[in-house]
Amino acid sequence: MRYAETGYNLEIDLSKGNIQKVETDPELTELYLGGLGTNAKILWDRVGPEVEPFSPDNLLIFSAGLLCGTPAPGANRTIVSTISPQTNLMAFSMMGGFFAPELKYAGYDKIILRGKSPDLVYLWINNDKVEIRDASHLRGKGAVETAELIKEELGEPKAHVAAIGLAGENRVYFASIEQGRSSASRLGIGAVMGDKGVKAIAVRGTKDLNIAQPAEMMKLCNEVLDYINFREENLIPGVMPILQGLGSPQEMKHVDEKWHTENFMWGNSRTRIRDFWNDEIEEKWKETQESVRTRLISCYNCPLKCGAIISVPGISTYMMKCFSKLTYTMAAYSDLDFGFKIAQRATEYGVDGFSTPQVMAFALELLEAGILTEKDFPGMPEDPEGRFYWLLDKIVRREGIGDVLANGTHWAAEQIGNGAEAFAHNNIKKHEQLPLKLSMLNPIYFLMYATGEKINITQIEGQFPQAPFATMEEKEAFVKDWIQVPDDKFKEYFLKWEFRGEYSMPFYPGVQACCEIVDWMEMMHYIDDSLGMCAGLSSFPLKPPYHIHNYPKVISAANGMDLDKDGLTKIAKRNRTLIRAFNVRRGMSRADEKPPENHWKKRFPELETQLLDEYYKFKGWNNQGIPTKESLHELNLAYVSEDLEQRGIIENEQS
Amino acid sequence: MSKVKKKVKVIKVDLDKCNGCRACELACSAFHANPKYSSINPARSRIRMVIDPLNDEYVPIRAAEYTRSECDGRNAYVISGKEYSECSFCGASCPARDLFKEPDSGLPLRCDMCEDDPEQKEPLCVQWCLAKALIYEEYEEEVEEQVKLGDMETGLKSLVDKYGFQKLVDAITRMSQKG
Repeated sequence: MRYAETGYNLEIDLSKGNIQKVETDPELTELYLGGLGTNAKILWDRVGPEVEPFSPDNLLIFSAGLLCGTPAPGANRTIVSTISPQTNLMAFSMMGGFFAPELKYAGYDKIILRGKSPDLVYLWINNDKVEIRDASHLRGKGAVETAELIKEELGEPKAHVAAIGLAGENRVYFASIEQGRSSASRLGIGAVMGDKGVKAIAVRGTKDLNIAQPAEMMKLCNEVLDYINFREENLIPGVMPILQGLGSPQEMKHVDEKWHTENFMWGNSRTRIRDFWNDEIEEKWKETQESVRTRLISCYNCPLKCGAIISVPGISTYMMKCFSKLTYTMAAYSDLDFGFKIAQRATEYGVDGFSTPQVMAFALELLEAGILTEKDFPGMPEDPEGRFYWLLDKIVRREGIGDVLANGTHWAAEQIGNGAEAFAHNNIKKHEQLPLKLSMLNPIYFLMYATGEKINITQIEGQFPQAPFATMEEKEAFVKDWIQVPDDKFKEYFLKWEFRGEYSMPFYPGVQACCEIVDWMEMMHYIDDSLGMCAGLSSFPLKPPYHIHNYPKVISAANGMDLDKDGLTKIAKRNRTLIRAFNVRRGMSRADEKPPENHWKKRFPELETQLLDEYYKFKGWNNQGIPTKESLHELNLAYVSEDLEQRGIIENEQS
Repeated sequence: MSKVKKKVKVIKVDLDKCNGCRACELACSAFHANPKYSSINPARSRIRMVIDPLNDEYVPIRAAEYTRSECDGRNAYVISGKEYSECSFCGASCPARDLFKEPDSGLPLRCDMCEDDPEQKEPLCVQWCLAKALIYEEYEEEVEEQVKLGDMETGLKSLVDKYGFQKLVDAITRMSQKG
């Protein structure tokens, strides 16, 4: 019997309309866990470097993580993996909500889509009954609307639906997949779903998921719940409100936006407005938020309330989480009311809440600079809000200039030319980043930005505080019950860290310490993404309930595999290295690992080179960021090593 | 029948606090798995969430009595513009729908407040509701003594209703003779 996982994948060939239920090899679980790890293995084996994002040979994998559907609180994430049209590298965007556990209860760990459907279809997975159904009547419908229509026509209010909107249908490079209160937004996976002719996947499951060591599992989960309660009652002092507790930043709960509005950039990641926040704005935004927010809501089996139901009078109700309430607001230099209104339309269209506003602000900058002209924007209104709605509509329909912008700032700039490239200034690996421009180089963040392959900074950062604490008393209080550290040396790094002087950035923490800190942060993310655990209860916040010490026990109790801290560390490293190898095979190199030129005002080229050199070494990669033969063999990835050797990417004698 | 003192167990629901996470369903199905906690399946849970986010509808319903026939009440209620039937929030395991039936056998499910030895401090759904939408209360009441049906008796009763007493006895006799 299989535990925590179902042991079956659903393989669907959309070109042929063929559906197969395929048993999986339990050994792969021991090597890669599940979720992102096993997705990466499948992509490595089946999607060669020559496969283009919109080729029928590209796969689109929806995977539940290993712990999804078990009692582990917060294990509910669906990891969607494919080749990104924007970066041409592996995309591994993910979403919370209810889809992954439902898939497990239907009897599957993954849905693997290949080929392309000749007509627009949706998939209906109801336990053992799996159908490819006509979706021509859903063409052009909003993502939320589509989910409602499908549940209604199936007569299954308990089904969970992941759907694309118009943006995905039209292969907008930053199209998302929306699912209830959640979305998998980054890297244009919605465009791949649209390219495959799949409007939506509906799933309903009523089968048992087995637990290997039932009593032990419940005991561990109760400890996690107790710790969540403890942390909710013991917020971390000295950091901003959204970082004090657990979960994704509590943007739906808090109305105080002083930090974001004054530290994040407005427009096309361009202008910092210090002293923006005042009593009048606070009062007005509070009223806006509280009048549209109907209820704070959660994902499956999680007590944190990171999402909200948003009902703006006169427009359809939708759900929101995290920071998208401000991305449109700040890109358009507008207010919160506008943010909530346009986000409704953007959610129905199914677009990424970070890239989309930046693309629109980028277009308006090009107009202002004379690189684009009024002729490119026929009929565009004068007011900033009206312009954003107009641009959004053009982009998702790929009409006129919208067709160019729909490829994201990197590709649009290349196509527009005439100096437009300089305006696509906030990208890493061709992908839009958080609108942040800072003064002093932060060596930890430099490494995270440069080397991350999940593309967004928030997907690597985590449990190590973002800045030193002011007094030794505060620092000591923080490290006192810091049980999450893999090693006590991290406490020492933090205790010594200061705002000024010898022990301040950019030369402290030292290069070696930076490597260790970044490696720890990244390891936790790679574990979460294989387990389907929400980063909000593990890799992302300070002092989370899951960490490297209790995770092996939770995994053992759920799945039955024999695992300790070293074993789990090795699996995380294996998964991380496999993804690096996959992207290297697609041409990624050291030259791609560059934060935007203007990300920090004060740069230190020598230190940056040294950081990258040492980090690569630390990871077992060569000076070009390519995993060495030796490290691949150590990680049971000899097959990867052989492939890279045959292609001449790594040399035979290299060790 | 004589009067006896009985501990009455109540789960109050504060709908405003529900965050829709369905941990109640998960915990219930774990507790009632055999062996205990060995499997998870919300479809086996004796508490189910009725959720419609777009209408801000988050209502946990506990499995109540098994009933052999559909009720004739078909009152419709309109709440905030959406129409509900009397069925919408009913906890009965009845022939009209799949709710509160074992997914494979179809036998009725009923909330037993997680009776356990040693006793649980609270039913599992309440323990796992960190949002505190489910609130457990106990009080004593004098009631007439009555026989309470366990899971198996409720299941047998439904089979009796379906096939008749004699057929069921015949089947059990046949099965026991085959060993």
